[in-house]
Amino acid sequence: MKRTIALAAGMAMGAGMALADMVAPADVTFGDYGDVEQSLTGVPGDPEAGREVMVSKSIGNCVSCHAAEDYADVPFHGEVGPALDGIGEYRTEAELRGILVNAKMTFPESVMPAFYKVEGFTRPGNAYTGKAAEGPLDPLLTAQQIEDVVAYLMTLTD
Amino acid sequence: MTLTTFKTAVCGLALLAAPLAASAEDLVVNGEIEMITEAEPAAHLDGALPTVRSGWTFRSSETQQLQMDDFENPAMIDVDNGMAAWNAAEGAEGKSCADCHGAMDESMEMVRATYPKWNEEAGEVRNIQMQIDDCRVNQMGAEPYGVDSRPMLAMEAAISSVGRGQVVDVAVDGPAAETWEMGKELYYTRFGQLELSCASCHELNYDNYIRADHLSQGQINGFPTYRLKNARLNGTHSRFRGCIRDTRAETFSVGSPEFVALELYVASRGNGLTVEGPAVRN
Ligand code: HEC
Ligand code: HEC
Repeated sequence: MKRTIALAAGMAMGAGMALADMVAPADVTFGDYGDVEQSLTGVPGDPEAGREVMVSKSIGNCVSCHAAEDYADVPFHGEVGPALDGIGEYRTEAELRGILVNAKMTFPESVMPAFYKVEGFTRPGNAYTGKAAEGPLDPLLTAQQIEDVVAYLMTLTD
Repeated sequence: MTLTTFKTAVCGLALLAAPLAASAEDLVVNGEIEMITEAEPAAHLDGALPTVRSGWTFRSSETQQLQMDDFENPAMIDVDNGMAAWNAAEGAEGKSCADCHGAMDESMEMVRATYPKWNEEAGEVRNIQMQIDDCRVNQMGAEPYGVDSRPMLAMEAAISSVGRGQVVDVAVDGPAAETWEMGKELYYTRFGQLELSCASCHELNYDNYIRADHLSQGQINGFPTYRLKNARLNGTHSRFRGCIRDTRAETFSVGSPEFVALELYVASRGNGLTVEGPAVRN
């Protein structure tokens, strides 16, 4: 019993800390090139988790548009976007964060979806049901998932 | 193996291989209907596409083959059903389609190539399905089939099949212009949380793979299409709905004015191709 309480208190504190540092989608500040300097959570990203986000159809599904040698084990890489090999070498963390949050700030007119944006859509749906969205939308990825993907992309060096 | 048998074997292979290789460019159905699978874009496309390509050109050679011979095309069962329904009297008036229109292959030959089309009396653009159900309700006193229902798709496939090889020539001007403009606007609207328009996939990225899917130009000259994936005929509006749903958007309904307008616009992007419906897709 005592342990459970301690654990619960610890969890609440962790969540509280994360919330305090969490940047909401509407509060993200972009630099001149669409880059985002500040971490969205203050918690360092986990590259392994980021890889999972990228290759899972039900999470980021980045693989549907981007290929990369590092996840060659995953079948069917798309070719709508550029291959991401070596991206950690020629892009900074801030640039990658910005591209993930809202790629259109870096590449106007891009077909790449904005993964951390909740407003300004035409006929937003309730996920893939084809029905209208009910209530406020969640971003496609959470703040921490964005940080995880950024951390993973930084490991893609040639 | 002797040299002679070896030679014969090689010759046999070469003979077999020839039509397969040719199929990459040439679609000839039943050895007689010559299709145009690549055409000059119509003027109203305003340079949006360098060349207009049938969805057939994007499919694997196995899938392509299925469309080249009616004995292999799984949609031909529905075509037969549609033909039978054409000749069957139904409804309070006791009339069949044939009673008013005669033989399908004569009266319907140009229908698929020119629809959706302005209907002067109704004062609206109509697609084939709207016209079919209008005849059923107002001429035959029968129940409407309903948009993209199984008997509707069978009838549409039959009407399409007798128009195969005709060059698509949908009118975009005159009284249809307003509906066409509406369709064009929808085509370029980025829908849903993924903010993708039809053009994002079918104009900017055709020939690219999106995951395992080889993106085509999203032409509709092959509709209704038989998809191996769901093993039945699929209607144009259901396809539109699926594509819009995949952008995480609230879709429009099949049969909605928005989809009729979009159908007119997308059909007009295929002007110059030939009618292929019912085509076969993966
Ligand atoms: C629907 C297609 C699509 C999806 C899904 C997509 N992207 Fe992209 N992405 C693009 C395109 C296209 C570009 C090229 C930029 C442009 O639009 O000109 C791009 C660019 C990028 C770049 C910059 C590449 C460079 O060379 O500078 C990165 C990094 C990137 N994407 C990462 C991701 C990640 C991570 C995800 C998933 C969380 C993702 N993308 C999902 C289409 C997509
Ligand atoms: C996210 C990408 C995407 C978007 C956006 C999209 N489609 Fe598609 N569409 C596909 C894929 C994938 C297929 C299956 C492969 C193919 O035929 O291109 C397809 C197939 C089609 C087909 C069948 C083509 C054939 O030859 O059988 C039509 C028609 C079509 N789309 C029309 C549209 C229209 C109209 C819109 C906009 C309302 C649209 N699509 C938006 C991805 C998309």
